[in-house]
Amino acid sequence: MAKWLTGASVTEPPDVILLSSLRGNAQTLFERIENFFDAFFGGTDNPLRHLGALGLYFLWILVATGLYLYTVLDTGIEGVYNSIGYLSREQWYLGGILRSLHRYASDAFVLVMMLHLVREWAYGRYYGFRLYSWVTGVPLIWLAYVSGIGGYWIVWDRMAQFSAIATTELLDWLPFFNGATARNFLAPDTINDRFFTVLVFIHLIVPLLLLLGLWAHVNRISRVDFLPSRRVMLATLISFLALALIRPALSEAPANLALVATDLPLDWFILFIHPLADITSPAAVWTLVFGATILLFALPFLPHPKAQPIAVVDAANCNGCSRCHADCPYEAITMTIHPDKPGHKIAVVDPDLCASCGICAGACPSSTPFRSQEKLVTGIDMPQQPVDVMRQQLEAQLAKLGGATKLVVFGCDQGVDVRGLAAADTAAISLICTGMLPPSFIEYALRSGVDGIVVTGCREGGCDFRLGMEWTQERLAHQREPHLRNLVPQDRLRLVYASRSEGEQLAAMVKEFKTQLATRLVTSNRPPAYSRRKIHHG
Amino acid sequence: MAKPAAIVGQIILYSAFAAFIGYFATAPTYKQIPDDVALIKLSMSHLGGRECRKRTAEELAKLPPNMRAPLECPRGRSDIKLVLELDGKPMFETVMHPTGLSKDGVSTVYKRFEVKAGDYQISVKMNDNLVNPGFNYVKEAQVTLKPAQVLVIDFNPDKGGLFFQ
Repeated sequence: MAKWLTGASVTEPPDVILLSSLRGNAQTLFERIENFFDAFFGGTDNPLRHLGALGLYFLWILVATGLYLYTVLDTGIEGVYNSIGYLSREQWYLGGILRSLHRYASDAFVLVMMLHLVREWAYGRYYGFRLYSWVTGVPLIWLAYVSGIGGYWIVWDRMAQFSAIATTELLDWLPFFNGATARNFLAPDTINDRFFTVLVFIHLIVPLLLLLGLWAHVNRISRVDFLPSRRVMLATLISFLALALIRPALSEAPANLALVATDLPLDWFILFIHPLADITSPAAVWTLVFGATILLFALPFLPHPKAQPIAVVDAANCNGCSRCHADCPYEAITMTIHPDKPGHKIAVVDPDLCASCGICAGACPSSTPFRSQEKLVTGIDMPQQPVDVMRQQLEAQLAKLGGATKLVVFGCDQGVDVRGLAAADTAAISLICTGMLPPSFIEYALRSGVDGIVVTGCREGGCDFRLGMEWTQERLAHQREPHLRNLVPQDRLRLVYASRSEGEQLAAMVKEFKTQLATRLVTSNRPPAYSRRKIHHG
Repeated sequence: MAKPAAIVGQIILYSAFAAFIGYFATAPTYKQIPDDVALIKLSMSHLGGRECRKRTAEELAKLPPNMRAPLECPRGRSDIKLVLELDGKPMFETVMHPTGLSKDGVSTVYKRFEVKAGDYQISVKMNDNLVNPGFNYVKEAQVTLKPAQVLVIDFNPDKGGLFFQ
């Protein structure tokens, strides 16, 4: 049970614990599936870890193919059916394939959009500093469905007829529409050319609104994953192309309002709402739709774990280097003129955007344990786990270490609980996020007599704070400031990607590394020993 | 995982993704009504009647010249009563209310009924001004409904009132 209580402490109210428990189960399920996928794809190419980017990629396919379809579309009542049908029959090698891509990309878009929604909920990414992204995402679901359903009407075949009638019957239940919308589809002579002109216009405007909404949706995060990796893009495109050739998107028979359109090969991703209305009622469907929408909007305001304290800037120790600004995954840090140091800048934290991840503290060059002050004060720090406390923790655990091979494991509160790995010869320190670890702590531990260091955090693409592990990996590989100094031998360091449920695998890797160190498979020397000179400030 | 095994795994998973998308994009087939069923759609949008009073010569004289309309009509419209019978048996009966805050808009109804294909005697009666008793519009006909056929019952004064289509 305790394993499932992600983010909720036992002091939280029962309803918070219940919600966290539900979420935790969903999160565990997602993690297991993602880990399974990782075995084949790796983190960077795992589609499940990049659902938002994948959705945006599918949207670009929709825009590109849609532009072509728009150029050949004749908006006359008969022309609309014939012009689209021509593509599938006579120009199958181009227009037909593009039409199929348009169809399958839209289905895939809906699928990844819904998976993205459930996944973000499962990982608890819907409240606090993420409230804005969550709330701006909800209307996008409506826009996607309006666009998808409207797109089916344009073909004006039996499927379009069925969807148009079913949709208007659903709309007519609402007081605003007053029961007259479905009358537009009563008989063949009730439809005219202008209807399709309006329809195409709507089918252009709504996706544009969707793109605008997406811009707002990702507006508050930095280094947005706009597209998935090339391999993922290529593989999904090949999947759609294969579908286009094996099962091309074709029109049904032309619409005929004098006959009921039945026996339809329904697109269940987009048009499922029509059978749902048939087997229940318009009232039930609208209750479900509006209820779900209200619930999604209300979710961030329901009880959830309390927000953690945000990063705090210490003006005296901030030299305005901007590394925290560059590394913040949520654009919560801006640089402004330093009040006390002429010509310098100072970091300013936006409380609404700060995720309390501590990645900024890991980026600060002042966060080095080698500093001689008794109380280590850095430029930007986390009140709940200051760098000074990290140093005290490390020094206290190092002092207790015994055995022939000493190890320190740095972990992350969002990943495997590393505290379980603590032993007589192993120190274990858990941080808010692994990205909070200044590389100098690794050097400090090695120079204090430790034989090896394990740094672990979430899997690639699975970092709870988006960029923590990416920045850590780059810092340790000397690709990002503050980098690990060259005098630290890389073979005494292990960077392990492990999700929350992979405690056993991590323990096995730690054991294996310890054996390597003990059997001298690791040949490098430790960096020169160092003992911190302590200065007491009055 | 060894690279060849990973590639095979990726191919299998992407194929499963494509198969899932491809299948549910067109299947299972949805049957809205059974094969031997036809649809009767009763749909009309009509402005109910109202009782107007002829102004007297004195009343007209008191009005400004540009407002001397011979009839004084209330803004609100009457409810509309509608009865649908199939083979002499009542199938649907309603009183449609005018829309709008002042009850001056059209009254609308839209209902669909699934019936077995076959021959039917259909009767529709409408009273669009409930101040008067009875029905001022009546339409009766013997119809043969084929499977999946849609029979529309509508109202249009220009087409003689109630009509079947």
